[in-house]
Amino acid sequence: MWAFIKKEFFHIFRDYRTMLILFGMPVVQVLLFGFAITNDINNAHIAILDHSKDMVTREITRKLLSSHYFLLDRYLKSNDDIENAFKEGKIKEVIIFESDFAKKLKKENLANIQLILDASEPNTANILNAYTSGIINNYILTQMSQENAIPVSIGVESKMLYNPELESVFMFVPGVITVLLMLVSAMMTSISITREKELGTMEALLVSPLKPLQIIIGKVTPYVVLSFINLITILVLSFFVFQMPVKGSIALLLAESLLFIIMALVLGILISTVSHSQQEAMLLSMFALMLPTILLSGFIFPIENMPVILQYLSHLMPSKWFIIIIKNIMLKGVGFSYFWMETLIIFGMTLFFIGMSVKKFKIRLE
Amino acid sequence: MKTRDTVIEVKDLVKKFGHFVANDHLTFHVYKGEILGFLGANGAGKTTAIKILIGLSKPTSGKVKVAGIDVNKNPEKVKRRIGYMSQRFSLYDDMTVKENFRFYGGVYGLSRKQIRERMRFYLKKLEMESYEDMLLRNIPLGWKQKLAFSVANIHSPDIIFLDEPTGGVDPITRRQFWEMIYEVSDSGTTVFVTTHYMDEAEYCERVCIMSEGKIEAMDTPEALKEEYNAKNMNEVFIKIARNVE
Repeated sequence: MWAFIKKEFFHIFRDYRTMLILFGMPVVQVLLFGFAITNDINNAHIAILDHSKDMVTREITRKLLSSHYFLLDRYLKSNDDIENAFKEGKIKEVIIFESDFAKKLKKENLANIQLILDASEPNTANILNAYTSGIINNYILTQMSQENAIPVSIGVESKMLYNPELESVFMFVPGVITVLLMLVSAMMTSISITREKELGTMEALLVSPLKPLQIIIGKVTPYVVLSFINLITILVLSFFVFQMPVKGSIALLLAESLLFIIMALVLGILISTVSHSQQEAMLLSMFALMLPTILLSGFIFPIENMPVILQYLSHLMPSKWFIIIIKNIMLKGVGFSYFWMETLIIFGMTLFFIGMSVKKFKIRLE
Repeated sequence: MKTRDTVIEVKDLVKKFGHFVANDHLTFHVYKGEILGFLGANGAGKTTAIKILIGLSKPTSGKVKVAGIDVNKNPEKVKRRIGYMSQRFSLYDDMTVKENFRFYGGVYGLSRKQIRERMRFYLKKLEMESYEDMLLRNIPLGWKQKLAFSVANIHSPDIIFLDEPTGGVDPITRRQFWEMIYEVSDSGTTVFVTTHYMDEAEYCERVCIMSEGKIEAMDTPEALKEEYNAKNMNEVFIKIARNVE
């Protein structure tokens, strides 16, 4: 048994390219998702058309610019400039204050600000819109309550829980962990088993006194170790580079990950029993595992926004449940009683896949 | 003629894949220490039969006894007593010669010392002592085949099964390979070998010719040549193939 595991490590370490991918991938993915693919907007270029130029409008402008979200590109002089400003493409938002802004505000308790946004990038436009309205509302509210000018003021205040800065890294790290564990565990095992089948060494192993279970455990153990190393790399990286904390118990996080890794490994074995070549195994794990994991698990696209059919489909994705679990542990810091159901679902799936692959394995031997 | 012990006994072996009958009521036995050649065209059912004998595949019906043990009932026990080398190469390309020996030795439960002794013995015989630490992928095919044969023998099995061991190997290496086969046979190991090469059939003690899932003839090469009035095994084979058609 020990000889077997050692042999498997030889395979992994002798193949420099695979090893590079195995250990480089978590680093690259976390950095990529953390830095490049981000929903946060910083320093968006805006233009301001101020017909009033009074105390209040200046104050609001100052407030807007002192947040790091906006960068004042220029002041516009007339309405005719607006279209040109957008056409240049750099400016994402134009803020227009109507004339006599401060006066109207005082007299009628109502003054208008118009926001015009470049919606060719709908996401950016939405976010900028929300940021701007938020800052302006905030200003008006504090101002008015100080002067007690409005008898009744209805203010909506939102509070972002668990991720107050709305850092998208916080959302991506659980996803990256899930995708990588799935990839390393399922894809690497299925490839390494089919490789032995292709080379004919699997036959030699089956003829040997080793029991099928021993062969499988021997093949799978190294990948459990590798997946764990990857998991820890990601956690360390996201802690030091993105200051993402693990609020809950780390032991619990590792235990849940182990369950998920085992599930993915069994899936990998299942894939290897149905595919005849390494390429087939790779394609199968790519299309049958990776894409649904990325698209349907809520990793990038919120499940609530999907069509109903896809929502039901997403229930079948083990990764969906795992992402819920790690988000709970890492961001909310809650204990096992909050996600025992998700854990049970993954556990059930693992048992199901084990049953399936044992059956498939037997059929192959007939 | 003295009576010889049998190590393989097959009775009425049938293997069906759906409607296709791969092995049609095979009955034969193999003596201890014998070199038995298993001949037949592609698809004649040789590989299927070998897979059943080594416990990789289950027969549809019939009795198979290897080394006195019923393969069907006790495949794990049989596995300790046999060695196997497939037509596809069975060593690991990304490990060194030494690591391959160690791995397979470990799989068969040999101690480190035993493995080292056996490895030294075989490498010396192959004159490959200096290749101990070389990766398998850098070694020519013919040598790899000889190594694979040595590794399949590392646990001194009672019977060794060779499934087209000399495919794609040059004639000189094939010669050397057969010398190795004779050596293990002399030491009492039974050799069960399938082949396409008719000249190799002449080296066997007895040959068994299969066609379309049935055994068409089984005897010593000399007796077969006489019976079919042929100069060599090639002619015997062709005449049998014609008879079947």
